Amino acid sequence: MSTTRYTKSHEYIRAEGDTGIIGITDFAQAQLGDVVFVELPSIGKTLSKGSEAATVESVKAAAEVNAPVSGEVVEINSALADSPGLVNEDPSGKGWFLKIKLTDPAELDSLMDETAYREFVEELS
Amino acid sequence: MRRFLPSSTCHSFVCQGILMSESQATVSNVVIGDLDRTPLYELHCSLGARIVSFAGYAMPVQYPLGIISEHLHTRARAGLFDVSHMGQAMLAGPHAVRRLERLIPGDIAALAPGQMRYTQLLDADGHILDDLMVTRLNDEGGCERLFLVVNAATKAEDFAHLAAELPDCKLAVLHDRGLLALQGPRAAEVLHRHLSSAAAGSIAAMPFMSAKSLEWQGNALAISRSGYTGEDGFEISIPATAALTFARALLTDPEVRPIGLGARDSLRLEAGLCLYGHDIDRTTGPVEAGLLWSISKRRREEGGFFGYAQVKRAIDQGPKRRRVGFLLEGKAPAREGSDIVSCDGEIIGRLTSGGFAPSLGRPVAMGYAGAAYSVLGTQVSLIARGKPLTAKIVPMPFVPHQYFRGI
Repeated sequence: MSTTRYTKSHEYIRAEGDTGIIGITDFAQAQLGDVVFVELPSIGKTLSKGSEAATVESVKAAAEVNAPVSGEVVEINSALADSPGLVNEDPSGKGWFLKIKLTDPAELDSLMDETAYREFVEELS
Repeated sequence: MRRFLPSSTCHSFVCQGILMSESQATVSNVVIGDLDRTPLYELHCSLGARIVSFAGYAMPVQYPLGIISEHLHTRARAGLFDVSHMGQAMLAGPHAVRRLERLIPGDIAALAPGQMRYTQLLDADGHILDDLMVTRLNDEGGCERLFLVVNAATKAEDFAHLAAELPDCKLAVLHDRGLLALQGPRAAEVLHRHLSSAAAGSIAAMPFMSAKSLEWQGNALAISRSGYTGEDGFEISIPATAALTFARALLTDPEVRPIGLGARDSLRLEAGLCLYGHDIDRTTGPVEAGLLWSISKRRREEGGFFGYAQVKRAIDQGPKRRRVGFLLEGKAPAREGSDIVSCDGEIIGRLTSGGFAPSLGRPVAMGYAGAAYSVLGTQVSLIARGKPLTAKIVPMPFVPHQYFRGI
């Protein structure tokens, strides 16, 4: 069973055991607009919680995607190289960014669950 | 996720368009409420536009369609833009043409009534205070009359400058008029459908850079065949009270979609057109900016305008740097403020605009490079977020213009 947690900077992590899939939320993709380029880290890179994990460029803006928790990059979504628009079409599915092996699954507890994130986003809009 | 556009880019409308943290959202909402609104503000909101601050106005940066689709729709069919934030004014006087020519290098004396020119307001050093459109109207009561459209961000300073420098002309700023742009290959047929048949007939034959006065439901429209997208199209000056009704009528047409400032920017970038405050400003002159085409032979020889000595020197000796276009090799875009680096590692200039070109499916940019390097085909690196991106200097426009030159 997986648990999904959210950051205040609009990344999600869907964790199952000691691995987690990281992407940006539907709210984030809507704010960015049409995504035209995603730069992903190399496999094996160690990310600390809050550090830059990827960059995403839309037609008009560039943004940094931070690691919601610490871990080592074990897989990246290579489909984004040719189809960056997947981030807009299916941010929580085919538009995922990277998979990490969590250093400390307890770090997930500091993040928002879905209810808390939904309330957080409602306050923004 | 954190936004990290370089600070120089943050003066553009983009920054306030993306609300990535709670504090930014709050600040931005407060700001939006204090901004000026165009006659179409409620329409933008009802169409689901994302509203941003641009030149003191609350403007639509995009509609739900999204920037890429809005851009491609304009290239394929017809896009409707609200450009009512721009400054419109009437300049009149017995010698208004010659008087205005002292402030601009454009050849206004060569214009017959109903013709228009793109030109620049220059300062005494030959730097660009603004770029503008000047349309010659019919003389009236012994006065020559010119219709001016200037940029929103500079309009107050422009009009103060004109009033101060042209004391024997009457400058009437048209606060009570909206301005719409209808752009794209179907723009002419759309306008034809929505004007009365008598008026419509005369629209079809209008060549690029000409203007006409027409009536629509009792309202005086000033229609020019011009625009800022590289496509065929029109700009329509209309009484503010009628702008909403006219815009709604055009939007009922199946060919027409509303287009925001985001696509306006990507369209003009592909067309190689300058954005004031970015590609041209008070530190650049018309020759290095590649705008010599807008200065006629007579004006180059006779001069008689602010900054003529500097412009003449740039023409005779060649400018030290030139605005050039870049096609990037990869998919990562380079943006305004990026350094341009030669193949031997020297910084030779800086980008003034850059981004994804939807019609090409790849990024392009423009910027100033030292004259020795500003040669077509030269390979350079553009430094984006500390990383070099390979690009080469290519001719502009990036996407060919489709202006209507007449039948």
